[in-house]
Amino acid sequence: MNAASDPGPALLEVRGLSKSFGTLRALQEVDFTLRAGEIHALLGENGAGKSTLIKAVTGVFPRDAGIVRLGGAEVAPRSAKAAVDAGIATVYQEVNLLQNLSVAQNLYLGRQPTRFGLVREAEMRRRVTALLAEFDLHIDVAEPLGNYSVAVQHIAAIARAVDQSARVLILDEPTASLDRHEVEILFAVMRKLAKRGIGVVFVTHFLDQVYEICDRITVLRNGRLVGERTTAELPRIELIRMMLGRELAETTSERAATQARQAGEVCARFEDYGKAGYVAPFNLALRRGEVVGLAGLLGSGRTETARLVFGAERADSGSATIDGAPVRLQSPRDAVAHGFGYCPEERKTDGIIAELTVRENIVLALQAKRGLAKPLSRAEQDEIAMRFIRMLDIRPPEPERPIGLLSGGNQQKVLLARWLATAPRLLVLDEPTRGIDVGAHAEIIRLIRELCDDGLALLVISSELDEIVTYSDRVIVLRDRTHVDELEGEAVDVSNILVAIAAAGTAGAEAGQA
Amino acid sequence: MRLPPVAITAIVFVVGFALCTVQFPNFASTRVAANLLTDNAFLGIVAVGMTFVIISGGIDLSVGSVIGFTTVFVALAIERLGVPPLVAFAAILLLCAAFGAAMGAIIHVFDMPPFIVTLAGMFLARGASFLMSTESTPITAPLYSTVSDFALRLPGGGRLTAIALIMLAVVAAGAVLLHFTRFGANVYALGGSRATTALMGIPVGSMTVRIYMLSSVLAGLAGIVFSFYTAAGYSLSAVGVELDSIAAVVIGGTLLTGGQGSVVGTLLGVLIQGLTQTYINFDGTLSSWWTKIVTGILLFAFIALQQAMLGIARRAGPRKAGVLKS
Ligand SMILES: Nc1ncnc2c1ncn2[C@@H]1O[C@H](COP(=O)(O)OP(=O)(O)OP(=O)(O)O)[C@@H](O)[C@H]1O
Ligand SMILES: [Mg+2]
Repeated sequence: MNAASDPGPALLEVRGLSKSFGTLRALQEVDFTLRAGEIHALLGENGAGKSTLIKAVTGVFPRDAGIVRLGGAEVAPRSAKAAVDAGIATVYQEVNLLQNLSVAQNLYLGRQPTRFGLVREAEMRRRVTALLAEFDLHIDVAEPLGNYSVAVQHIAAIARAVDQSARVLILDEPTASLDRHEVEILFAVMRKLAKRGIGVVFVTHFLDQVYEICDRITVLRNGRLVGERTTAELPRIELIRMMLGRELAETTSERAATQARQAGEVCARFEDYGKAGYVAPFNLALRRGEVVGLAGLLGSGRTETARLVFGAERADSGSATIDGAPVRLQSPRDAVAHGFGYCPEERKTDGIIAELTVRENIVLALQAKRGLAKPLSRAEQDEIAMRFIRMLDIRPPEPERPIGLLSGGNQQKVLLARWLATAPRLLVLDEPTRGIDVGAHAEIIRLIRELCDDGLALLVISSELDEIVTYSDRVIVLRDRTHVDELEGEAVDVSNILVAIAAAGTAGAEAGQA
Repeated sequence: MRLPPVAITAIVFVVGFALCTVQFPNFASTRVAANLLTDNAFLGIVAVGMTFVIISGGIDLSVGSVIGFTTVFVALAIERLGVPPLVAFAAILLLCAAFGAAMGAIIHVFDMPPFIVTLAGMFLARGASFLMSTESTPITAPLYSTVSDFALRLPGGGRLTAIALIMLAVVAAGAVLLHFTRFGANVYALGGSRATTALMGIPVGSMTVRIYMLSSVLAGLAGIVFSFYTAAGYSLSAVGVELDSIAAVVIGGTLLTGGQGSVVGTLLGVLIQGLTQTYINFDGTLSSWWTKIVTGILLFAFIALQQAMLGIARRAGPRKAGVLKS
């Protein structure tokens, strides 16, 4: 980049930054330039070093080499707090805020308004309520944050950072658990901040979002800088090539022609299944070799349906049958015993056991299913672990690495592998591709189709309508915790789903105003 | 609606008190109530400090020994060296502050489990008090008789003593500090998740140091109060008080894993233990070890209750979708 083509003055300059974890060189001489008033995408595959770059800049990790300048002056924050004081606010990829504190305390922790040393609780609540209202979020801020859904928690984390951001705002995959409406609100806020002259760094795996909002793109690959471009001059194909270092066969967004598969016999059937105040009773038949997609807005009852099917929540009406025989699904253990698998949405909090190795995390569910009396031999474990590491391209491909040291996206792949390893007959996937890079995304969609061809029944929740359309044989649309529509065969396409959701949406809004 | 754990503690206390009253007609008097406070004053004071430590996700096993050390230190300073009592108090509180700060610093800097560090602190403080003296040293300073003579007379013959008042003041100050200041919010935050708290920009290291400092200073104050109570310094005093105070904190509804709890609950936890002891005194035939047994049963019950409530919370999953208007 020559200085003459720079439109704005550099706000945050990173030069020659390196960072190793033991022998793993996570960042090598990376340069990064953020200008005032721009929204800058930081892109790369899972494990490319994006989160590490952010943490090295904000002082969470000490850096091995390199300098950071903020507004021309060199800064070297030694902790997250020092970075905030210097004017850099960050939402880290793994941050979930504190479940045990109230929403208000979470947003103002460390900077609560005080009088005579006492926190002005009412004033704080008033401010937080107003702040969240900017994000279209109207909740009781005195309640513990843990009482709210992941999406709400994420918005709260973002609101906290936005409120603190003096000069630079860094968002590491903020949109991974938000739905379209929330993303739009976030984008409006980001644009407003950029207009004020704040530099925004935005990490995501959603390329559409990059093209929608970012002015400039920096791509990392294997810990090295690949290049910096303006979004307008970088075609998508070229961007993907920069990220992967190879071409990606563009087969993923096409709805498969072989979709007219013979649906197998019914493997699980739910009749009038529901729970008062949770999900309205629904009828659902899952057939072997068939993918059923659940579509709907956030909070429409998708996850709730999945939890009922998996026994994580007890139904209080209706009946369930598996292969024609009535069963009671009282707990996830019952479901697992019947060959169900469930990969939940809250993988970060629910799924991973950070201290265990990748191999141990992968075989966990399989071992549990077999029971302690039949331990898997070490050779079997190694074989299974390596198979899935290869299949899902988990990086680095080291089965003995503690999973906590993997990048966020790679942790998710491990969790997916855990359930796939149990070879279930019915698998429920809640947002299977969130936080997973373009290359692996295509892999997972291909995998979903393959699994079906092998006779698995799949129930998949996704907010990515393109994605749902790609692999689903049937799509069930939900609204207000009720199954409102079902699309099948030819009718499964994005616009039809949107129509169903939108019809539902207006009905919901009317109900909301009543 | 679900009852918060502290409400359950309060109910247990009220029911317990009512049962005692039914059995012993003269139980419900200001005299019994005032004695309850006086007899458990030192325990109440350490338990407040322990509440902070446990809510922050730690544990402090050294407090009993610190109390013992304090009584010996104060007795020797006043009786042997002729140091004015107030000077001796100031000195021991500073020493305790340094001791607590050192434990907190070691826990943070070397990332050591608080259990191990404070266990070492426990042996250290107990050992040091034996080094100073192995005998019980009576304290005869005039201040001691003045303080033990002082009391607010309550209607009905109760005497609210100075040490009971000190304990109530500590509880009140502790409650304000925990529930209404930034420091208190940070204590809860640490108990929620250390890593997240650090990412949120809270100086985790200095918080850890200050929390253990607070606990040791309150243990020192409890030691001073204990020396008023017994008018002596003895290296074997307050053995096992760390466990009594942990029990009081947990019975008071504080989560042993941190992140939730209250000072008022802790006071109730202390009073329930005191109530059991008082009952035994009234009865006259029971062994005083029954206090320990009742404490043990209550402890089991409360830990089981906490687990059950956590289990319920987990089963419920993400509960509210949040009100997102489209
Ligand atoms: N604390 C750590 N200790 C050891 N290795 C680590 C640690 N944190 C990250 N790594 C490794 O550094 C590399 C870069 O990880 P990083 O989290 O920066 O990836 P990322 O680009 O953010 O990926 P994702 O899109 O999956 O979030 C990975 O190979 C990861 O395994
Ligand atoms: Mg990352």
